[in-house]
Amino acid sequence: MTDGNKIIEMEVLRYRPEQDQEPFYQSYEVPFLDDWSVLQGLQYIKDDLDGTLSFRWSCRMAICGSCGMMINGVPGLGCRSFLRNYYPGKLRVAALEHFPIERDLVVVVDDFMNKLAQIKPYLIPKQVRALDQGEYLQTPRQLEQYRQFSTCINCMLCYAACPQYGMNTDFTGPGILALMHRYNADSRDDGRAQRMELGHADAGVWGCTAVGYCSEVCPKDVDPAHAINQNKMGSAIDYFLRFVKPRGASQ
Amino acid sequence: MKRSNEPVFWALFGAGGMLSALTGVALVFVTGIGVPLALLLSPELMSYVNMLAFAQHWLGKLVIFAVIALFLWHATLRILLLLHDFGIRAGPASALIGNGLALLCTLAAAYLLLALGF
Amino acid sequence: MSAQTDKRHPYRRPMRGWWKRDRYYIRYLAMEATSILIALYALILLFGLLRLGQGEAAFNGWLEALRSAPSVALHVLLLLVFVYHSYSWFKVMPKTLPAIYWRGAKLPQPVITRIGVCAAVIVNLLVIILLTGLQP
Ligand code: SF4
Ligand code: FES
Repeated sequence: MTDGNKIIEMEVLRYRPEQDQEPFYQSYEVPFLDDWSVLQGLQYIKDDLDGTLSFRWSCRMAICGSCGMMINGVPGLGCRSFLRNYYPGKLRVAALEHFPIERDLVVVVDDFMNKLAQIKPYLIPKQVRALDQGEYLQTPRQLEQYRQFSTCINCMLCYAACPQYGMNTDFTGPGILALMHRYNADSRDDGRAQRMELGHADAGVWGCTAVGYCSEVCPKDVDPAHAINQNKMGSAIDYFLRFVKPRGASQ
Repeated sequence: MKRSNEPVFWALFGAGGMLSALTGVALVFVTGIGVPLALLLSPELMSYVNMLAFAQHWLGKLVIFAVIALFLWHATLRILLLLHDFGIRAGPASALIGNGLALLCTLAAAYLLLALGF
Repeated sequence: MSAQTDKRHPYRRPMRGWWKRDRYYIRYLAMEATSILIALYALILLFGLLRLGQGEAAFNGWLEALRSAPSVALHVLLLLVFVYHSYSWFKVMPKTLPAIYWRGAKLPQPVITRIGVCAAVIVNLLVIILLTGLQP
C-alpha cells in the first residue's frame, strides 16, 4: 500500500458506546507518503490495522464538510491537513469538541441540523417572480455583501472552536448565525424580520462574546465572528427604536 | 423567541470601551503617574482649587461623570462574562449584583457631582 | 429498530478548564480580565470625587495617597493594562463593523485595527498636551 519509509504515530480518540464508559486514546503506527492527508492516515488504519475505527468523510477535497475533527487539539478538516506537517512528532486526532461523541470520531449533529432549519436558510423573495419574468437581478456590489458568508460548508469547525456553544448549546452558534446573515444581507431576500426573531435573542447574536476563534479555524474564510458581530449594532438600534417605529417597520 | 435585553448593557459597554480605549492611557498617566511624581506635569494641575473648579463647571462634571460611569459599565459587562466563562453561573443573581453595583456607583457619581454645585 | 437505538450512548465531554486548551482562549480571557483593573481605576476616581466633596484636607489626603509607592506601582500596571485594552479593543473592532469599502475594495481588517490604534495614540496624546497646556 505504501512504499514510504516514514512512519508517523497517530493517536486516535476511541469511544465504543456499547463497551466503553469514556473515550480513550489508541495509538497506531502509520506509514505514509508525503501527500497523505490525516484522513488518508485514518483510512489506512481502517483498511490495514483496525477495521473497527469509525469516522466520517465523503468528498476528500474540503467541500462536503464531513471530516471535521480535532487535530492536535485544533479543529480542522482531516482531508485538508497533511501528515507531513506533523511528522516526526506524533499526531492526536479526536472527535470535534463541544459535540456529543456518537462513536470514535463520529459526533452527534442533530443540534446543528435542527438549528440550521430554524434560520430559514433559503431566499424569501420580496416579490415572487413568475418564470417568464426572468431571473432575480443582482449587481456585483450586492453580491459582495454576502458572497463571503455563502461559502460555508457546514463543517462545524467553528462550533468546536466556540466555548460559548460548548458551555451552552442553546446558543445558535457561529456557522448558522453567519448563514443567517448571509440570507439577510442578500438584496433578493426579504426574510430578515422573520429570522431576526431568533437573531435578537440571547440564543442569537447576543450569545456571542467575540472570542473570535471561529473565524481562525474556518477552512473557507467565512469569518463567522464578523458576520455575527456586525449585527449587534443593528440589533441594538432596533432594540431602542422599536418603541418609536410602527410595528413591522423594523429592518 | 424572547428578545435579549443585552443591547442596554452592550451599548454602555461599547461606549465605555471606546472612551477608555481612546483616553484611558492618558488619564492613568495624568492622575496616577504624571501629577503625583511631577513628571511632565505640575502637581498644581490637580490641586484642590483646580479640581473643584473643574468639577463645578458643567463640562467638567460631564467629563468626570462619563469617565467614571462608562468605565464602570464597560468593566461590569466583562467581569460578568469572566464569571460566566469560568463556569460560575452568571445567572440572574450575579447579573443583578454586578449591574446593581454599577448602577449604584453611577448614581453616587451623579450625586457627588451635583452636590459640588455649579 | 429499538434494539439498535438502545446501543446509542452519546458521550459528552466536560468543559472544565476549556480555556487551557488553546492559547487563543488565554488571549481572549486576558482581554476580558483588563476589565477588573479598569473597574478599579474608575473606583479610584470615584473615591477622589468623594474626597473632593469632603473639602480640601480630605482631597489632599487622596492626592497624598496617589503619591505613595504602591499607588504609583499600581498605576504603572494600570497604564500597561489600558494599553492592552486599547490594542485589543481595536483588534476586535473590525468584527463589529460592517465591511467598509474604499475605492471599490473591502478595507482589510488589519487596516481598520491600525486606524483605530492610530486614533487612540492621537487622542491620548491630545489629552496629555491639552492638560499640559492648561497648567498654571
Ligand atoms: S462557518 Fe466555516 S467553520 Fe463554520 S461551518 Fe461554515 S465553513 Fe465550517
Ligand atoms: S471529506 Fe469532505 S470536507 Fe473532508
